[in-house]
Amino acid sequence: MNAPVKIETTLKDWETDQEVRWCPGCGDYAILKAVQRTLPQLGADPANTVFISGIGCSSRFPYYIESYGFHTIHGRAPAFATGAKLANPELDIWLVTGDGDGLSIGGNHLMHVLRRNVNMQIMLFNNEIYGLTKGQASPTSREGTKSPSTPIGSYDHPARPAAFALGSGARFIGRGFDVSKHLPDVLKAAHAHKGAAFIEIFQNCIVYNKDVFDDFAAPKGAEDRQLWLENGKPMLFAKDTKGLALNRETLGLEVVDVTGGDWESAGVIVHDVTNRSVAHMLIEMPFGPFPMALGVLYDDPRPTFEDAVTEERERASAGKEANLAKLLGTGQTWTVSGTAQDPV
Amino acid sequence: MATAATTPQDSASSTPDAIVVRFAGDSGDGMQLTGGQFTLSTALAGNDLATFPDFPAEIRAPQGTLFGVSAFQINFGSRQINTAGDAPDVLVAMNPAALKVNLAALKPGGLIIADTGAFTKRNLDKAHYEANPLEDDSLAKYDVLAFDISEKTIEAVKPFGLGNKDALRSKNMWTLGLALWMFGRSRQPIHDWLKAKFKSKPDIADANIAALDAGHAFGETAELSGPMRQMEMPPVQSEPGLYRTITGAEAVSLGLVAGAQLAELPMFFGGYPITPASAILHHLARLKEYGVTTFQAEDEIAAICAAIGASYAGQLGVTSSSGPGIALKTEAIGLGIMTELPLVIVNSQRGGPSTGLPTKTEQSDLYQAVYGRNGDAPMPVIAARSPSDAFEVAIEACRIATEYMTPVMLLTDGYIANAAEPWKVPNPADFEPFPAQFLTEPRGEQLLPYKRNEKGARPWIKPGTPGMMHRIGGIEKHEETGNIDYSPDNHQRMTDLRKAKIENIAVPDQEVALGDTSGTLAVVGWGSTYGPIHQAVRRSIAKGCSVSHIHVRHIWPMPKNLGELLKGFDHVLVPEMNTGQFKTVLRDQFLVDAQPLTKTSGQPFQIAELEAEIAKYFDGIEGNEGGEVAVNDQQLPNLEAGHDDGSYPDAPYHGDDATPSGKATDSEAVNQ
Repeated sequence: MNAPVKIETTLKDWETDQEVRWCPGCGDYAILKAVQRTLPQLGADPANTVFISGIGCSSRFPYYIESYGFHTIHGRAPAFATGAKLANPELDIWLVTGDGDGLSIGGNHLMHVLRRNVNMQIMLFNNEIYGLTKGQASPTSREGTKSPSTPIGSYDHPARPAAFALGSGARFIGRGFDVSKHLPDVLKAAHAHKGAAFIEIFQNCIVYNKDVFDDFAAPKGAEDRQLWLENGKPMLFAKDTKGLALNRETLGLEVVDVTGGDWESAGVIVHDVTNRSVAHMLIEMPFGPFPMALGVLYDDPRPTFEDAVTEERERASAGKEANLAKLLGTGQTWTVSGTAQDPV
Repeated sequence: MATAATTPQDSASSTPDAIVVRFAGDSGDGMQLTGGQFTLSTALAGNDLATFPDFPAEIRAPQGTLFGVSAFQINFGSRQINTAGDAPDVLVAMNPAALKVNLAALKPGGLIIADTGAFTKRNLDKAHYEANPLEDDSLAKYDVLAFDISEKTIEAVKPFGLGNKDALRSKNMWTLGLALWMFGRSRQPIHDWLKAKFKSKPDIADANIAALDAGHAFGETAELSGPMRQMEMPPVQSEPGLYRTITGAEAVSLGLVAGAQLAELPMFFGGYPITPASAILHHLARLKEYGVTTFQAEDEIAAICAAIGASYAGQLGVTSSSGPGIALKTEAIGLGIMTELPLVIVNSQRGGPSTGLPTKTEQSDLYQAVYGRNGDAPMPVIAARSPSDAFEVAIEACRIATEYMTPVMLLTDGYIANAAEPWKVPNPADFEPFPAQFLTEPRGEQLLPYKRNEKGARPWIKPGTPGMMHRIGGIEKHEETGNIDYSPDNHQRMTDLRKAKIENIAVPDQEVALGDTSGTLAVVGWGSTYGPIHQAVRRSIAKGCSVSHIHVRHIWPMPKNLGELLKGFDHVLVPEMNTGQFKTVLRDQFLVDAQPLTKTSGQPFQIAELEAEIAKYFDGIEGNEGGEVAVNDQQLPNLEAGHDDGSYPDAPYHGDDATPSGKATDSEAVNQ
């Protein structure tokens, strides 16, 4: 696709006249602001930007962004977005989904949009609960979550959005949370990635799953529990007193102490966003013994689906004349003239 | 067929002006290819024709079994042909199972051509024959010509050094050669086709040609007595012009391409494999130079959602499926109705419910098409009556979808999809273009994405258009701005507006296909029952009955004059391949006493059974005892049937390019 023209806009230009209808204090407000702050920085053109969503609290998002928006049906947003992108590859598409929309009813479509690598930004707002239907356990709810549908606690194992995305073949995986000041940086990196860019955004549902992410997202002690990854930088956290190293015995990550800033001798590894194996370890490392990996976990582009489709169409059409009259008369035909019939 | 003939007449004379031949064999015997090539040679000889391919759902059913029998029936003649024929005059049985399954359909006194080489103890056991029917008197009421086709084929291809197994794969070509001789057909087109098909394997081409020629020579030189003789079948009088054979799946595909061109839009086709609809995806996948993008989605839901996404972005979105797949698409159809975006949904109906009868035909998705959605969700529905009619109907679907900003459902069925008939090739320039309009700037001071035009259609605004940003979705929206609006008055108005838009679609007045515009009995049909109804009504009129044939293309909304038209008849009879769905809609819409005639055997109506039903309405008319042919429910093989050798009947017309779905793509597929 041609380099898009950068457009001068402000945050205000991305606000609609619609009243925002999320619950007061919902994490979605913070994400909305982060996106509205990021779009001007990208030089995005509202006329060329499309927000496509499914169903759920998060999926109301398009109504609040002054661009093109399509609020579709439950779980199917990736399919609508794929069709729109193939029809017009120039469109800059943002997909908005949630843990129920994207991983339960729409898990199949999310898998396929990722493996096909359709160029778009996919924001999955993970609040580990069904909000809009009043608080049932979702596929990302932790075991034991008490909800109207699981009164004595849920017993199914939660899905892990980033692991699902990596397993589906995603070539970009980012992570952030609603009120984080780093969220715009993750969004910008996702936008810069050509292909399907998956961003898991932890989002606080203050009504049905309040503060469930406080264990790592609460401001107090955050530096000990959050590992913000940067390409080419050592994986350090806790004010650079701790880092992640590779344990050669277990072929897994381990937390090591770093003294005097000498991360190298502590064996701390340097983040390489193109390393899929390390990305897998970062996604899978259990929170508690390990910090929560945030930022850009994986970024290794490959050719996109819409480019392949366009190229195939061009190749298949090359040197062929699109003459409908001729096409209709193709195959083994015969002419009737008066009574004589001559095969042609 | 119907469009091709100008001098229809009835078949009452002693020299037959039409004949029905059925080729039946094992799934691996290549019967669909044999039938397809025989169809082509018949079309080239100038006869009108109709075909009925009937094959098992299994791709490779176990050899020699009753459920593995595949059949191809062709009715051809020097007069107008509307159906594949009631009962065959000639049955070609390539093995005992084929004989057993198809014998009941054969006309008394009909001719059986059988391959004795395949009537082995083992094959007789598989067909549950205790004794060889060719050797006892169980076939006494038929003419039987039995000889060792297997051996003669092996002999004919001997010079090419093929093993027995490979040599036997040319049996169908030997048989085809004999059939070509019987009806005085030219072998040249088949030679050309074989050479093109096996361009890279000239030995295989030559072996098949040798088998074909040997079969032909056998007819010519063998001193056969009795029924084996050459028959003359002069050409039908047809309108001058260019003709080809066409299947419904091809016609729908070409009609969609034409419709998109007339709308001046690129087409986006989202599909998912399902019998019998996949052929449309396969055809369109080869037409990329016509601005067609085909997308094989992860499921039926994604297929339609992607098509709606493409329509949203400014292309003509199309999706296609059969009943079970349409069921999955239903929620998305509702979104298409709510967001008022153009979309064409092709439903190639098959027997249901659930998985039902994947390769058999039925018309049982009419309720699904007209009523089958949550909420008040009106949608236009139109139905093709024959393979060639599907071309125009597809164009009509594109027109309604784009002019009225709505999803449209196009109904065909398994019979129309697979059957072939001659088609007078139309000139695309004869169709009125209906270029799609996109709104690029607000009509007034404010952008109003839901403000309707005189047709009730909202504007189509492509994302990417500067200054026209807006949001759409499935939530009820304000009648002009399209913003979310749950207010009671607004929902009432929007429901009314959506209903009125569809009801007011301009639909041509209903014409009478045959007979007077009033009288004793109107036989009202829709879809693929056109052929048998037409012939049954023709025969009944010839007997002096006051009966007319009315065939409805626009199922929803219906032609405005249809109610009045029906009231001009004392009785209304509605034959359908379901339990009476259209009958119910007619009763509801017009309060007419429509009577059902239903059939859900997976087989098309016979002319005779319709004629017998019509006869019940007329007393005291001489010779009005019903059909000329005894109604026989066993008329066509009704065992579970797939694709023969996987080949679709349309395969021959693509020559070397043909790699029909499920088909072994190895170069020997032709002579299996």
